[in-house]
Amino acid sequence: MSKKNEVLLEIHDLQIQGYSEERWVDIIKGVDLTLHKGEVMGLIGESGAGKSTIGAAAMGYARDGTRISGGSIEFDGMELSTATEEEKRALRGSRIAYVAQSAAASFNPAHKIIDQHTEAPIQYRIQKRLEAQEDAMQLYEKLRLPNPEEIGFRYPHQVSGGQLQRAMTAMAMACRPDLIIFDEPTTALDVTTQIEVLAAIRDIVDEYNTAAIYITHDLAVVAQMADTIKVLLKGEEVEQAPTEEMLKNPKEDYTKSLWAVRSFKRDQKSRPKGAEPLVSVQNVDAAYTGGDKVLDDVSFDIYEGMTVAVVGESGSGKSTVARCITGLLPPMKGQIQFKGETLPPNYRDRTKDQLRQAQMIYQMADTALNPKVQIREIIGRPAQFYGGLKGAALKNRVDELLDLIELEPSQFYYRYPPELSGGQKQRIGIARALAAEPSFIICDEVTSALDQLVAEGILRLLDRLQQELNLSYMFITHDLATVRSIADEVVVMQHGKVVEQGPKEDMFTPPHHPYTDLLLSSVPEMDPNWLTTLLEERGVDNVGDAASQQIDTDDPKVST
Amino acid sequence: MSIFVIGYYALLLGASCLAAYFNKRSLFMLLFTLTLVSFIIGIVGGVSALWFVTGAAALILLAGMTAYGFREFLVQILPGEASKEFKTAPLTAAFGMFVIFTYLVMGIFAPLIAPHGEAEVIASAFAPADDTMLLGADQLGRDIFSRIVYGTRNSVGLALAATVLAFLLGAIAGLLAATKGGWFDQLMGRIADVIMSIPSLIFALLMLSIFGPSIPVIIGAVAVIYAPRVFRLTRAVAGNVVVMDYIEAAKLRGEGTWYLIRKEILPNSTAPLVAEFGLEFCFVFLLVAGLSFLGLGIQPPTADWGSMVRENATLISFGDITPLIPAAAIALLTVAVNFVVDWMLHRSSGLKE
Repeated sequence: MSKKNEVLLEIHDLQIQGYSEERWVDIIKGVDLTLHKGEVMGLIGESGAGKSTIGAAAMGYARDGTRISGGSIEFDGMELSTATEEEKRALRGSRIAYVAQSAAASFNPAHKIIDQHTEAPIQYRIQKRLEAQEDAMQLYEKLRLPNPEEIGFRYPHQVSGGQLQRAMTAMAMACRPDLIIFDEPTTALDVTTQIEVLAAIRDIVDEYNTAAIYITHDLAVVAQMADTIKVLLKGEEVEQAPTEEMLKNPKEDYTKSLWAVRSFKRDQKSRPKGAEPLVSVQNVDAAYTGGDKVLDDVSFDIYEGMTVAVVGESGSGKSTVARCITGLLPPMKGQIQFKGETLPPNYRDRTKDQLRQAQMIYQMADTALNPKVQIREIIGRPAQFYGGLKGAALKNRVDELLDLIELEPSQFYYRYPPELSGGQKQRIGIARALAAEPSFIICDEVTSALDQLVAEGILRLLDRLQQELNLSYMFITHDLATVRSIADEVVVMQHGKVVEQGPKEDMFTPPHHPYTDLLLSSVPEMDPNWLTTLLEERGVDNVGDAASQQIDTDDPKVST
Repeated sequence: MSIFVIGYYALLLGASCLAAYFNKRSLFMLLFTLTLVSFIIGIVGGVSALWFVTGAAALILLAGMTAYGFREFLVQILPGEASKEFKTAPLTAAFGMFVIFTYLVMGIFAPLIAPHGEAEVIASAFAPADDTMLLGADQLGRDIFSRIVYGTRNSVGLALAATVLAFLLGAIAGLLAATKGGWFDQLMGRIADVIMSIPSLIFALLMLSIFGPSIPVIIGAVAVIYAPRVFRLTRAVAGNVVVMDYIEAAKLRGEGTWYLIRKEILPNSTAPLVAEFGLEFCFVFLLVAGLSFLGLGIQPPTADWGSMVRENATLISFGDITPLIPAAAIALLTVAVNFVVDWMLHRSSGLKE
């Protein structure tokens, strides 16, 4: 690899401070980074490790409320930490480009995609408008966007998330920069869509020999993309090594713990013989006001003490099923049974006891806990509301619940949710559900907003609680790794229909329904050659949206 | 050239040199610009203009010192959390709080402070100021200073009552509309639209001519005029809160509407509402003063700032500034309230989690 000997970006002893509570606090504590031309470096670490901050600093940019307090950032012979704003502006967009996590939030919804694409080349007088448009279409084609001639003339909301992320990558390539910073570009996407974006990014970076910094918290993804991996923890470097070596023998304990996260697994339980299901969803159709049918004849059962995982990509109706069960969205047809008796379709008509039995844990703990209410009241309210507990009895119950979720009661009793970390908030959410003493809990993507280490802790906690309290879970997720570790039974959904269901072991052994197969094979693996192999097997045009549309309707498993 | 002029320029130049030496850039720019401007003012307006500049600077300095002192005082006497908040308050906010505090004292202890009764005729009409009358007498020979003190009680009290009522009506309707949605929301929204489509002063005049200008009618009419604005703001703020997952969780728990509003929605929408309260208070105050000026507000002989301006308006043509004093009292309170509101707005939109 002779192309990689020239140094493009050299960061030396970088220190960044953030302003909080009237003091400057160190965020990045002396990180070195060397990036050669054409090299892709993966930055990984949990949230708060300073990945994105370093990514921004590579452009000489410090976000609001932060400042670069020391060290040097040298980009192609130019010192960025002392450069004037004018000089840095000239680099950004033309020689350094940035691809953000949420393409939907980063495109201006009022302008056509191609107008936003051509803005940089025209601004820097690299190309004329028409040339730039031609070039954009070529890039769209290279990134395998459908209708490359036409797609640029749509508005951002008219294309899908995965396509938008690729359009954003194309936009970053518009001036053929030397360096692109990818800040979690696929985190918000489904597994099936993620592959398309990953493959497209990898090809285009290879083709133009662009150097890239790839920021993510997903190891399996970074293994596909990066030549070297740097692991960060709390603003400090843990270790750095070429990808293959890093995956095979990580040196530091922290890295090993990251690698080991996916090892949590528990024994699969089977349905109790002859018992009636705890929750039974029967032939449910549902639609939001005035819209098309979102659920089409959905049926499945959940037995006592078991975990049923509902998987599918976004828009498949997973969360809508949960809304039907809780009664927020009364179904058009069909019914929900609980312990053999039919529940009223609207939650307003249900009794207090029926409401108590089914609780919910939300994906975003930030919005699921009232920020202006103390922890003791958040957890205490259900106990007070359903159980009528007061005074000392209530305090004992709250202490007991905090103990149950492995948080020290005296420390958390009087605190407010914004003061807690993501994992702690999610635990409070679990405690609130438990406070009602339910027999059934709906977990809606409870781990997808969390780092892997924290997520694993939550999964272990949920598993322990299930064993101790004999709870049933309905686990909504798009992450098949989570399904592997915690589920007993799996329900696969697509376009509002249940395409396949059964015990977990059956689901993970072939033959699958083609859609299940697509989902399973789209989950990135730790093997750095996984993406290459997969693309060879399936062909570059048979991934993501394209593949799910190509599912053969004559397949015997489809018609069943 | 008088000693005053020499001293004036010497002081300014000396201070700007010191500022430059200690690298206080903005202070230096201010002082030196003032020096340069003073040259022009001095040439055009003579010594008296320079005296005016000195007086204004001294007044601003005095206000600043009062504000600083008042803030330190609050920091000292208040307990932990609150004192921390006040430590970061800007001087303008401290000044605003000081003015509001003074008005409060004036309003509450009016009979003790005022040397004469508000309707007591003690001198001839338009008698000039002397030892017993700080600001002279009005058109009937009543002490203007005493009337201003009593006016604090009446004008501010009336405006406060009207604002509180407007907030109660508007906020409760807004919170209910956001929580219930559907036809109730539509109904409330349309009622608010109808009230807002009528010009406020004309609506108030209409109400007062129908029911007669008594205090409950004034409060009621003003509250009805301002409630729709509060309603719209509350509904918008609460609308952002009701879509949160924790509201859904509370609904699924089976909580009633009243609990939802009180415990879940209200704590998350207080900051903009408090700020809006301050702003609305100013508008209400001005409307009440305007009504008094038109003769439909508080009826004589009760002292009220708006009507005091009207009654003494003729004095303006004789070059007497007496009618401007109640007007200045209105202006000062409005500015002060706005200073405090600005600070609260900044705090609620600030970087605080």
